[in-house]
Amino acid sequence: MSERAVQVGIARTRAGAVTGPDTAPGLAAAEAGPDVGARTEVTETTVFDALAEVMDPELPMVSIVELGMIGSVTVGRTIEIALLPTYVGCPAIEMIRSAVEHRLAAFGRPVEVVSRFEIPWTSDRITPAGLAALATAGIAPPRSPADTRCPYCASEHVALDSVFGPTQCRSLFYCRDCRQPFEAIKPV
Amino acid sequence: MTAAAPAGPALEALLCSMADDEFVIGSSDSEWTGIAPVLEEDVAMSSLAQDEIGHAAALYGLLAGLTGRDADALAYDRPPDDYRHARLLDHGRGDWAMTIARRYLYETADAVRLDALVGGSWSPLADLVGKLRREERYHRMHVEAWLERLAGAGGESRDRLETALRSLAPDAATVFTPLPDEPELVRAGVLEAPMPALEGRWRETVEPVLRALDLPAPAPGAAPPDGREGHGEAFRWLWGEFTSVRAADPGATW
Repeated sequence: MSERAVQVGIARTRAGAVTGPDTAPGLAAAEAGPDVGARTEVTETTVFDALAEVMDPELPMVSIVELGMIGSVTVGRTIEIALLPTYVGCPAIEMIRSAVEHRLAAFGRPVEVVSRFEIPWTSDRITPAGLAALATAGIAPPRSPADTRCPYCASEHVALDSVFGPTQCRSLFYCRDCRQPFEAIKPV
Repeated sequence: MTAAAPAGPALEALLCSMADDEFVIGSSDSEWTGIAPVLEEDVAMSSLAQDEIGHAAALYGLLAGLTGRDADALAYDRPPDDYRHARLLDHGRGDWAMTIARRYLYETADAVRLDALVGGSWSPLADLVGKLRREERYHRMHVEAWLERLAGAGGESRDRLETALRSLAPDAATVFTPLPDEPELVRAGVLEAPMPALEGRWRETVEPVLRALDLPAPAPGAAPPDGREGHGEAFRWLWGEFTSVRAADPGATW
């Protein structure tokens, strides 16, 4: 996974590309007004590309595509998105749903976003680009505590402080070498 | 597209019992936010509460799909006597030992119940349960560690844990209270085995653990038929708390 992709992810975040209707319009929203949409061909690929600009509200350095939250994209008379919640009770789901609808509105077709569980989201679904973006932000990838490394200094001399962290999908660790607390994605 | 629901009223009773269980224990857990014994546990109990209330929301959502009622109305607009959670969850938040004892008895029972549902014939529930089990695994790890810690600490920690387990013992098995028309659920393949059989599996799980720690075991005998009714004062207080925002401005939207 390229350094460039990380930088792009960060650039997007810094530009405020969390494109919920209640947040400041970012690059994605600016690039994709309704006029642009009218000219954009609606295919699974273009829809995926658009979804790749919707950042997770709780982990704004990664997109919902990088997190593996898109179960399927079906383009027909409507655009149907199967969204796989990372956790059943994830409070960000409604925000993500409205951000997806907002972003895809540019295609000029009805959008239907449905949460589904028949394909369970697991931490294995995070893409290499997503893992790298998380690591850059100081969040270690999902591993057993014994295999978790400090995202800052790569030390294996780390301790699990708490399985439960600031969001449902994260645990708290402490690095005994660089003395930095850090978070890790919970393996599920 | 939703798979046709088998065994209508029986399935509704099952979903209501599970949703109410998760909603009530989640609401009890959330009482620790801000006042847990240590910071990590403040975060943990808040996260657990968020999980459980999220699970309740998903289950109320399935129930809403079957009954045509609104999921929020199911969660918030019923009088206290209409809730069908297990009486195990009716003892009030209590102290930290009570919270751990209740969570231990409930999480182990819930795990047995989820195991009996994951291969079920009604896919909306079986799919959801598949996802719930992945999350509940962390809940069990958390509470089992605390059970051992309090039991092994001796002194006041152990005394309080024993007191809590003794006061919960008569209601410990009420998660397995037989449901109305339960044989229908088993016949339709939604639930793999009837509640008394699940209760047996649960006792085989928890009794050796409690015995090894020399802790009070659940009272013998099957779950009483009214184990999901007759909620007392502690629940009425909790109900008043969790409905207070909704009641403050009926019909408000975010």
